[in-house]
Parts: sequence; structure tokens; C-alpha cells
Amino acid sequence: MSSTEPTDDAPLYEAREPIFPKRISGKFRNLKWILMALMLGIYYITPWIRWDRGPALPDQAVLLDLANRRFFFFGLEIWPHEFYFVAGLLIMAGLGLFLFTSALGRVWCGYACPQTVWTDLFILVERWVEGDRNNRIRLHRQKWNAEKIRKNLTKWTLWLLIGLATGGAWVFYFTDAPTLLGDLFTGDASPIAYTTIAVATATTFAFGGFAREQMCIYACPWPRIQAAMMDEDTITIAYREWRGEPRGKLHKGQVPEGQGDCIDCQACFNVCPMGIDIRNGQQLECITCGLCIDACDEIMDRIGKPRGLVGYMALKDEASERAGNKVVNIWKHVLRPRTLVYFTLWAGFGIALVVALFLRSPLDFNVTPNRDPLYVMQGDGTIRNIYTMRIRNKHGEEVTYRISATTPDGEADPSLTLSLEGQEGDTVTVPADQLYNQRLYLEAAPQSDLATTKRTDIDIWVEQVGGEVPVRDSVGTVFNGKE
Amino acid sequence: MSKKPTTKKEVQTTGHSWDGIEELNTPLPRWWLWTFYACIVWGIAYSIAMPAWPIFASGATPGLLGSSTRANVEKEIERFSAMNKAVEDKLVATELTEIGNDPELVAYTTNAGGAVFRTWCAQCHGSGAGGNKGFPSLIDDDWLFGGTIEQIYLDVQHGIRDPLDPDTNYAAGMPAHLDDGLLESAQIDEVVQYVRQISGQDADAEMAAAGSEIFAEWCVACHGEDAKGMQDLGAPNLTDAIWLYGGDVETLTTTIRHGRAGVMPSWSYGTTEGTSRLSEVQIRAVSAYVHSLGGGE
Repeated sequence: MSSTEPTDDAPLYEAREPIFPKRISGKFRNLKWILMALMLGIYYITPWIRWDRGPALPDQAVLLDLANRRFFFFGLEIWPHEFYFVAGLLIMAGLGLFLFTSALGRVWCGYACPQTVWTDLFILVERWVEGDRNNRIRLHRQKWNAEKIRKNLTKWTLWLLIGLATGGAWVFYFTDAPTLLGDLFTGDASPIAYTTIAVATATTFAFGGFAREQMCIYACPWPRIQAAMMDEDTITIAYREWRGEPRGKLHKGQVPEGQGDCIDCQACFNVCPMGIDIRNGQQLECITCGLCIDACDEIMDRIGKPRGLVGYMALKDEASERAGNKVVNIWKHVLRPRTLVYFTLWAGFGIALVVALFLRSPLDFNVTPNRDPLYVMQGDGTIRNIYTMRIRNKHGEEVTYRISATTPDGEADPSLTLSLEGQEGDTVTVPADQLYNQRLYLEAAPQSDLATTKRTDIDIWVEQVGGEVPVRDSVGTVFNGKE
Repeated sequence: MSKKPTTKKEVQTTGHSWDGIEELNTPLPRWWLWTFYACIVWGIAYSIAMPAWPIFASGATPGLLGSSTRANVEKEIERFSAMNKAVEDKLVATELTEIGNDPELVAYTTNAGGAVFRTWCAQCHGSGAGGNKGFPSLIDDDWLFGGTIEQIYLDVQHGIRDPLDPDTNYAAGMPAHLDDGLLESAQIDEVVQYVRQISGQDADAEMAAAGSEIFAEWCVACHGEDAKGMQDLGAPNLTDAIWLYGGDVETLTTTIRHGRAGVMPSWSYGTTEGTSRLSEVQIRAVSAYVHSLGGGE
């Protein structure tokens, strides 16, 4: 493979070589079927789960209401100013990926990635229509005739339907699903919904049907990033070369003397959805889906050799296994300082988020002192400070709040009077599911300490009027006086 | 199938070799090349269909589809104007004093009126309406001409001493007592002391006593016997803690010597005949906004 003269005729671009994964059954295949059913089920069913939140709020359990900037997740409702909860979940997802990758390698790619799951589903459809590997290869190579056209059209139609269902399900997360389903059929849904469905259908069709492994190899950044997070302790799929080589064919049903366990049957290659030969070692194409393990184990069973010629192992163990030592339990690799650190961080974020969620005050408001001007001098020398309050009523019905001001010790200051713009007295009623801006005035009597001190800390209290349990909370702010 | 499938990809090299290190040739996928060509085609088509190529001093090629971001913005503005039409009609039809009782109108005047205020009024009255020297605060309880919404509306509509508007408020203003020879410099100093006394500031009692007589003769016509001012004339209350120009000796002296006559533009009149600076909707909205800032009566 080496020459000293440059070869100018080397191809710069190459066509995709089609891959025809063979059907296989086994432990990992079964795991993949279960996970596929589970994940597709979650994806398709979630928007249809109902959750009662009262008459003013939507009853969809999971709803990303972009138009009204609300995120509903079962009992949880997140408003834009609490987006850090979502950021926290994303950080957890990131750390979770670090954890899984450092422990189990590209397990995400092999089992959970939507590209893998939908490609798997598309290959399943392809197999139903065209038959297993050899039939598909034959069909691929034969000239276009009625059979080939019929089978391809059937296959593409089924793929399109799956794509449509995929894109269709996606939009249900953003609006009330039953209403939208009706609107989609009557043509009343928004153009955005139709466009989204069209784009998601087209991408599902193209990525699952035709691009497949090309997405993983050329388009996806994750494989490269994940490669950087793996080390010699990471569990990955490998061919036990020391056991398999020199490979050779069976003779009279037996592995000849001096030959390794690999009988060069190509089973591992035939089932690979990425079209690689695991016996060539670690390759960037490998998504560690485990199908080659199933394929090889089946062959080993048949020729009476121990399973695990291809299997999950840590690269570190290669030398020790080659020397004839026992296979190390994978938990010894999974539980190591690095993964424990990732786990601790991940769990720490999770606990912090849950705690933050429970510590969330049922009263959600803030108070901003007006800085232009800092204070207003009234005719009689009274000093008025103006504040903007933002009260968020997250309830499904209107709520009345009573507002008061105290010193930081919680004592009422007799020189301080409170009034609310446009409201009678000290209460304000906020309609259901609304952010309400209330202008608040505090007045300090002429020559009082508050009026003559440049800056005094005070607390603004909000109390929910009515309700079964008294709910009350305060925020600190300042009162500016004329020195 | 004559040949069994190769499982091991042939590793190709470019043939380049440096110190025994060979350069691998890993060809890009062909679809990638097609994508690249498709992008070129798209780019050319886009530059024909959409505004793209600059033309010296006259913008750019308009593009076959006639798309224009400026037109899009205008369309958006039109769309929002149409959305606001109902509430704006309601604002014009509603009694000024009733605006504050309608949550929809309050929401509109708070936002639209606020926008008008920040665009046209904040330069003099401050973005928080706190005022500046010579430009009154609109959030305190002291009004030159009155703080009811009708009065605010009237002042915004026709302005104060705006020569363009025949309906403007031509309050005479503060005369220049020294310049016009009405009072002697020494008399003015005495009046200054008297004004400081009635507003609760440090004052020379003897001078103030003399000043009180001059005040009774010259000032009560506008500022009133009790010196609490007259809103009909725009004469300020001299006994409170609020000063438009300043309550110190120097500023008071200047005010009495040279007079004061602040102005405010008429917003229903434009700089040319038949135009208006602000629409009726805007004037009503900003009046309601100002009235809702805490000083409104």
C-alpha cells in the first residue's frame, strides 16, 4: 500500500456502498427491540397524556406552549424567567452522556439515538418488503423490473407513512394535541404545523431510508466528541483477536488444529448496520449496537466454542486476556473514579434541581425600585418612592394579593404609607395565569428617618388573600430618602 | 456474485510520503459533493430570486420574487395597527376619566402611551417623568395647571405658549420685575426673603417683613393671598417644598428679576399647517399614561 510517487488518479469522492444488514436474534437484538418499542412509545404517546390544571390552563401533561411562553411538564409549570430549570436539565443530560460514554462507550449511539432507532425501524420495514440480506442484495443488483418497482414503491410508501407519523407526533408537543389533530385534517392548523410536519417527514424519510450510517459517519459530531471521552477502561465492543486468529474455515465441522476460533463466516459483518468488520479493531463507524455479538455468539454455540469471541470488553484487558487470565467483570471498569465523579456531579445537579423546585415559593413576584428619579418630593415634604412589582399568578383562577411594607425585622414603620396605582386599598387581583405589573408607591412622612436617610433597607410583603393555607413571602428592596 | 464481499476496506494513500509517514486518502462521500453543487446552484438561484447584487447609489437588484424586508416591516406594522384598531377606537370613544377603569385600555395606554412618552416627552420631563430644572415633574402632587386627566390631555393637545397653536395656553408667565422696571433690586431681595420664609426655609425676618408688603402688592394677583398659587394662570404654589427652577436665594432672585415663561409644544399642531405631531389616539394614550404615574388627580 505504499508508493513514493503521488497517484493523481486516486478518487476524491466515493459513492455510498449500500449496506444490507442480515436479520439476527439474540440478547442484544432483543434489548434493542424492547428499547425501540419503549422509546417510540414514549415519543408517540406522551402528547396525548392529559393532566388537569384547572379551567384556565391547558390539560396536556407535556406541552411546550411557545406562543404563550409556558412549559408544562405534568405537575410542573415553567415560565421563561425560570428557564434555568431547563438549563439544569440540559446540564444533567450532558453530564449523563459523559457518564454513560466514559463507562459504556457509545451506548447512546447504539441503543438510544433517534437516528439509530428510526434506521432500525426502516430496516425492519425493508426486510418485511424485500426479504433478508441475500434477497435485498439480489434485488439491488437486478435490473429495474415490475418486481423491483413494486417492492421499492411499497417500501418507500411505508417509510413515508412512518415519517409522516414521526413529523405528525412532533407538532403535538407544541399545541393541544386533540384539537390540532382535528385541525390538521380540516386544514385549519397553522402553516407552521404543516411546514414542521413536512420537514420532519422529509428528514425522517431521507435520514432513516437513505442516509442512515452516513449521518453517523459524516454529519454527527457526537461520535468524535464521545471518542474524546473514552479511555482504556471504557466498555466497548471488540473482537478477541488473540482467540480468533489465525482465522480459517471449518474442516468437516471442526476447527482445524493450530487455527483460532474465528471461522471467517462473516456473520458479524453481515449483520452490521454500519457495514464494518469488527475484526478490524476499533473504528469510528462502530456505534456499539451489539448485533455482531449476537451473530458471533450464535455461530460459537453452533460450532461448540465458548461465546464472547466478539464481546463487550475494556481495551485495557486485552493484554491480560491474551495472557490467558480470566475475563474481568465489566462492573470493575464501570465503577471507577472517573465515572463516580461524573455520577456525583450528575446526581448533585439532580438533587439541586429537585430541592430548588420544592423551595420555589408559591408566591412568585419581584420588586424593582424606580431609579429615575430615585425619589419624588411631594408638596408637603413627603418623600415618595416608586416601585414596579411583577406578580406572577400561576394558578388556574384569579388570586387577590395583599401588599405591605416593613423594616427588614418585619416591623411595620408608622412613618411609611403604601398605595397601589389604580387599586383601592392595599390589594391587587391578578387574573389567572398572568404576569401582572403593579406600580407601587411608598411614602415616608416629612422629616421622618426614612425621608432623611439616603438609603434604607425595607421589605415588601405579598400575602395571598383567601386560600386554605396562608401564603406569605417577602423580598428585600431599598427606600431612597433626601439626605 | 462472483467475488465474496470484502470486509476489509482497502486503505488508499495519496502516494505522498514524508519521512516514512504516508498521507491517507479518505475520499469524501459523493453525496457531499452533490450537496456542495446544490448549494452553488441554490446560491445563484437565490441571488436571482431575491434582492442581492448591489447597484451603485440605488440599492440592489430587486430579485424576481420582489421580496423586500422594508415592505415586510411595513406589512407587519400594518398588521399590528389592524390588531390595535379596535382598542384604539375604544380609546377615542371613551371618556377620559373612564379610561382608568377599563383594564384593556389601561394595558394599551401603559404600553403605547409609555412609548409615546419615551419618544416625545422624555427629552424634557425625563424618562421616568421626574422632570428637570424648568421642566416640571409629572409624578409629584404639585401641578402648575392641574393634574386631572382632562387638564393633562388639554396641555398635551395644545401645549403651553406654543405660537403655532391658536388654542394654546397663553398664561402670561412670570413678569421680569427688574428688567421691566416694576421693582427695585433691593425690593426684590426683600420679596425673596419673604418667599423663603413662607416656604419654611431660612430667611431674614426683617427683610421678609418688608417683603411681605411688596408681595401683597405685586404678587398676590397671580400667586394668591395665601401664596398657594393659581392653576388657571399656571402660577405655582410658593409655600410647598417643590420648586420648578429652585428655591435658593440666587434662583429666586433671578426668577423675580428676569421673569419665567416655560413652553411646551402643542402636540395636535404640526410645524406646518394642517399637520399634527401626534394623533388623537397617541395624545389620549400619553395623557392616560402620565396620569397613571402617581401624580394624577
